[in-house]
Amino acid sequence: MNPTTIRKDFPVLDDETLVYLDTAASSLKPRQVLDAMDEYYQKYGVNVHRGVYNLSYVATTKYEDARTTVSNFINAAFNEVVFTRGASSALNLVASSYGLNNVKAGDEIIVSELEHHSQVLPWQNVSRITGAKLIYVPLDEDGRITVDNFRSVLSDKTKVVALNYVSNVMGYVAPIKDIIRLAHEVGAIVSVDAAQAAPHMAIDVKDLDCDFLAFSGHKMCGPTGIGVLYGKRHLLEAMPPIEFGGDMNDNVDKFDASWKEAPYKFETGTPPIAEAIGLGRAIDYLQGIGLDAIHEHEVELRDYTVKRMKAMADIELYNPNAETGIISFNIIGVHPHDAITYFDGDNVCMRAGHHCAQLVVKWLDVPATLRASFYLYNTKEDCDKFLATLERAIAFFREVGF
Amino acid sequence: MNNMDNLYRQVIMDHYKNPRNKGLIQDPSYKTIHIKNPTCGDDITVQSKVEDGIVKDVRHDGSGCSICCSSASVMSETVKGKSVQEASVVAENYLNMLANKPYDETVDLEEAIVYQGVRQFPARIKCASIAWKAFEGTLKESE
Repeated sequence: MNPTTIRKDFPVLDDETLVYLDTAASSLKPRQVLDAMDEYYQKYGVNVHRGVYNLSYVATTKYEDARTTVSNFINAAFNEVVFTRGASSALNLVASSYGLNNVKAGDEIIVSELEHHSQVLPWQNVSRITGAKLIYVPLDEDGRITVDNFRSVLSDKTKVVALNYVSNVMGYVAPIKDIIRLAHEVGAIVSVDAAQAAPHMAIDVKDLDCDFLAFSGHKMCGPTGIGVLYGKRHLLEAMPPIEFGGDMNDNVDKFDASWKEAPYKFETGTPPIAEAIGLGRAIDYLQGIGLDAIHEHEVELRDYTVKRMKAMADIELYNPNAETGIISFNIIGVHPHDAITYFDGDNVCMRAGHHCAQLVVKWLDVPATLRASFYLYNTKEDCDKFLATLERAIAFFREVGF
Repeated sequence: MNNMDNLYRQVIMDHYKNPRNKGLIQDPSYKTIHIKNPTCGDDITVQSKVEDGIVKDVRHDGSGCSICCSSASVMSETVKGKSVQEASVVAENYLNMLANKPYDETVDLEEAIVYQGVRQFPARIKCASIAWKAFEGTLKESE
């Protein structure tokens, strides 16, 4: 793959001074995705599943084609793919529907300090309501979830395991397949937060054997406002809807109603149609380049950058050995928000803060961190610009007295 | 080209490194307001003691970036000893200046005027605001 050619697909990168290193928060969107969404709005921008006229049939077909694209992308069946507003709402759906109806006092739910708030807070809520106990996998000294540490908290009381595939702060890939196998041995189900995995590596839900898996469109070249919940067919069938309204129902009487089958019983209201179509196009785009090639490219940029950062004084690196394109660090003695403004001044976009993962920032025992993250459109030039700004920033902060 | 120089070289580094009026006081005659910015972790508590319509004392404590912490220190020096009425006018004008809203330029913001440099970094305006907002909150509680 050639990132220099790829960059031409991304209108935001028309600004050649921009160094975009915040893909872990949200990726840029290629023209192909914007065009697919534009085409919906300009040529057949009507509702789905409702209209008994040709244009609505076209819209419905395109929307459902996107579901086919997603299901092929993760090797799921068509009706195991629920469209949601994003990974957050997908993970909330698992907790509020499966969790509240299957977990009871005395049961245990395993999470970790490495989770994004949208994976841990829904289960905190389930724990509060049901009296089930929230159990944290102890992280190893690097901040990783290990199979041994997972085994140490797994018991026959475990009902749910809710963990990330790739950490959004540390960039570690969790040994999720082994975790799933062990969890199934005690009869627990596993809900996987794949928001940082789906954009960067091929996922096969059949091979993983996960029960639920969630990701967002906007981190993988797709639009905001669309996400995916994969659920095993028999689990989705047994789960009640948590939002009620149009389109999700079957027969409605005054005091009772019945629901459509999954996934439709979970998709009430007019869905994000353009966004689903955009996500489908984003997946085609990524697969056209190849997830393996993208991952390899990110790791190459990351290794190149980390090697140089290690040679600098005054840098604290929190994940020097991560296997994805995320670098978490601080300039020693400089609050990340002071640092980020310096980078901003050079048009280098990065994240500073908690990254919606306060538990791991607390685990690191720092007020906040800086995070740079790479994707298919980043180049070695971006790394060099980032490193040059970093060197200037360190010199500047030392000079003014930090 | 990086514009941070001017901003940091002025009062900010001095107050960041040597904060005035730092540390809270356990005294019921002080009104206390705590403000937290969860996106960046800025976390500031401000106390004020009002007597006979005068801001007798202002204290602050917390953690955050240099702009946030220094502005708490500058705020405490600026409003201390002023009447509640004067202090409120200064706080209101300071916050309007930061937010790029119309403000009365004849009001002397004293050292706090340097924070007008923050306006070129819109993402940081909140950092420079929260101590002053907390101070306004303590005055409200004293009413």
